[in-house]
Amino acid sequence: MTLKGLLPVIQPLAEPRGGGCACGGAGACENESGLDRVRHLAAATAAPETLDPDGDPHRSGFRQLLEREVDRRTAIGMIGTGLLAGFGLFQTACNPLASAESRERAVLGWQEYFQGNFRLMTDQEKADTVHRLERLHELRTGRHIEVSATGARPGVLYGYAFNISKCRGYMDCIRGCVKENNQDRRTGIEYIRIHEMKKGQMDFGHAEDDFFHEVPAAGHFYVGTQCFHCQNPPCVDVCPVKATWMEPDGIVVVDYNWCIGCRYCIAACPYDARRFNWSDPVVPLDEVNPDQHYLGNRLRKRGVVEKCTFCIQRSREGRNPACVEACPTGARVFGNLLDPDSEIRWVLANKKVFRLKEDLGTEPKFWYYMD
Amino acid sequence: MSTVTASPRRASLVGFFADGLREVTRGHLRYHVWMAVLTLVMLAGAYAYSIQLREGLAVTGMHDHVSWGLYISCFTFLVGMAAAAVILVMPTYVLHDQDFKSAVLFGEGLAVASLVTAIGFVVVDLGSPERLWHLAPVIGIFNWPRSMLAWDILVLNGYLVLNLSIPFYILYCHYRGREPNPRYYVPAVFLSILWAVSVHLVTAFLYAGLPARPYWNTALLGPRFLATAFAAGPALMILSLAVIRRNTAYAVAEATIQKLALIATVAAQVGLVMLVSELFTEFYRSTHHSESAEYLYRGLEGRYDLVPWSWASVALVLLAAVMLSVHRVRRTPPALYVACALLFVGVLIEKSIGTIIPGFVPEPWGKIPRYVPTWVELTVCAGLWALGAFVFTVLAKAAIPIELAHLAAPPAEADAAAPTREPGGVTSSA
Repeated sequence: MTLKGLLPVIQPLAEPRGGGCACGGAGACENESGLDRVRHLAAATAAPETLDPDGDPHRSGFRQLLEREVDRRTAIGMIGTGLLAGFGLFQTACNPLASAESRERAVLGWQEYFQGNFRLMTDQEKADTVHRLERLHELRTGRHIEVSATGARPGVLYGYAFNISKCRGYMDCIRGCVKENNQDRRTGIEYIRIHEMKKGQMDFGHAEDDFFHEVPAAGHFYVGTQCFHCQNPPCVDVCPVKATWMEPDGIVVVDYNWCIGCRYCIAACPYDARRFNWSDPVVPLDEVNPDQHYLGNRLRKRGVVEKCTFCIQRSREGRNPACVEACPTGARVFGNLLDPDSEIRWVLANKKVFRLKEDLGTEPKFWYYMD
Repeated sequence: MSTVTASPRRASLVGFFADGLREVTRGHLRYHVWMAVLTLVMLAGAYAYSIQLREGLAVTGMHDHVSWGLYISCFTFLVGMAAAAVILVMPTYVLHDQDFKSAVLFGEGLAVASLVTAIGFVVVDLGSPERLWHLAPVIGIFNWPRSMLAWDILVLNGYLVLNLSIPFYILYCHYRGREPNPRYYVPAVFLSILWAVSVHLVTAFLYAGLPARPYWNTALLGPRFLATAFAAGPALMILSLAVIRRNTAYAVAEATIQKLALIATVAAQVGLVMLVSELFTEFYRSTHHSESAEYLYRGLEGRYDLVPWSWASVALVLLAAVMLSVHRVRRTPPALYVACALLFVGVLIEKSIGTIIPGFVPEPWGKIPRYVPTWVELTVCAGLWALGAFVFTVLAKAAIPIELAHLAAPPAEADAAAPTREPGGVTSSA
């Protein structure tokens, strides 16, 4: 049992380029067993670099391995794989009864721990990363999810407009957002706040955003806030590890696997857009939205910051964010600012629009207007 | 205390640490009781931190709207304590001020203890401490120079290295019976002086650089940080030196204490001038930006959580400044110690409760969030403070016998070529 247990971990290191899987470690092959999958993933990290074909044939393989030159990221990958192998050995030695699945979970967990910053990954690494997330979820829950790593499309810059005249405070947008984005149900993380204001003033300090009465209330109007995806975002500047950044299509995102949880970005945001997972987030299994994006609504861990991503998993597929879709009054408009025929461009051209706290120079891509 | 004889074959560096370790593990009953109490408090803190690691930061009183609490507040205060060590370093090494020389090693020890504790406070505040390697050189990513937090990590660690290496070099030379060579340490001292100011300024810029928080977004924040640190730091030094003078054979000249007291006095006065300027701008024509100050000093919308604390702090600092400003009071030890204690507590309240938390109140859309630290948070804080006291005690306990020339390398090891040092040489003012 012990020796057999070691095999899936050791084998890929000894195998030539491509590992044991014909697809070359791309992570696309179907019908793998758990063991094959471990080999496959370990091979994707280790095997392509294992032997240098141009190396001196008189040197031992071990010397070749030691003396060849690698870049920083490959080195990290190799160190990570070495640790995985060590951990696998250790785990097998300590727990001969451990199933192949729990071993695979442990190995994938360690690979996840040592993964780099998403923005710096190659397309292959991104594919492996989301594949690992899917597999881990399957191992943990037995359910299948689809995690996308779709990048920004060229010529797209997203913007949002909010019609104050139309919003009636139903908060369907909040419910739609929570459901779509797999937010923690236990502490009730919400990205959107609907502020109920007395007519005749625009005073957020005296507005109510936690109301439990029939809406629209007489003599009141409603203003929604969320992440404004500033073109000059202060939250991105302050992050000490570059775990948050603005994508080319203008969406400000967080790599939940790179965030260290210092919460400097929360202090830097003038719009209360960011939320922190103070405890383990809980989403009932039946309520998990399986259509996910790595930078969007995938399941988060404790101790990281999250925020509105304009529903990146939907918007990059050409769909509207969940809040836009959920709004029954048509108060929310979303679209491509670079497309002269888009609805958002029509609003900006034909309505009197304004933005909040413009004096801070953050250049929000979120406008308000009235009919 | 008798001279410790070490085995002549033992390498000096090993002997230095072995002798130091022997020195810190023995002492009077009072010393052992003090260390035992600190250890117990640290253990309690470690237990509380284990709960936080298991459950997440939800066990603290923090939430999305007051996202930094007591941890970061204590961090800010302790960075100030560390920066205040410069006050001792500057005249001693640069101006060859004899009075300060006997106190400077303790000043640097205080800086090291404060830095270790300050870094500890940042680590316990992290949501994902297991990912600290993301900050490491080469394997991690460092958002430098954009992020002020990246700057802060750099200057704090650099300052820690400086404040460890300068006293280490001096103590080690004294241990070997040599005079330290100024050519080696004076450049480091100049660097550490600049560095000390930058440490606290960078920490202030961390907050002052956030237009989202108008209470912090003021040019006065950095200078005010420095002024209050240079008041509370020497005050704590005076109290520590008083304890050392009473409990050990180490002689601290009264003139040293008096110079420290003068620095604390002037800094407290300057700090009060800055407080008045700040209160004037906030309250003469109150704007939206004054709401945090309003919450802190007058209460906002029926919420008076911090008002007693802020006025207690103002009263303590004011009283201490008045006491210290009277020459006769400042020159009478018991009254001086009382004034120093008041000053220290006053600044501690101002930094720990009156600086970070009101920055988050009101939150960006004007609500008044509530923040009350939990017992887990308070216990972790107590544990880290105990760690700081423990580190300082250990450093001081090992340094004193070396400075008194009671603890030295065996004569065979002493470098014959180097100028020899008189027992209890220049550093002893007795």
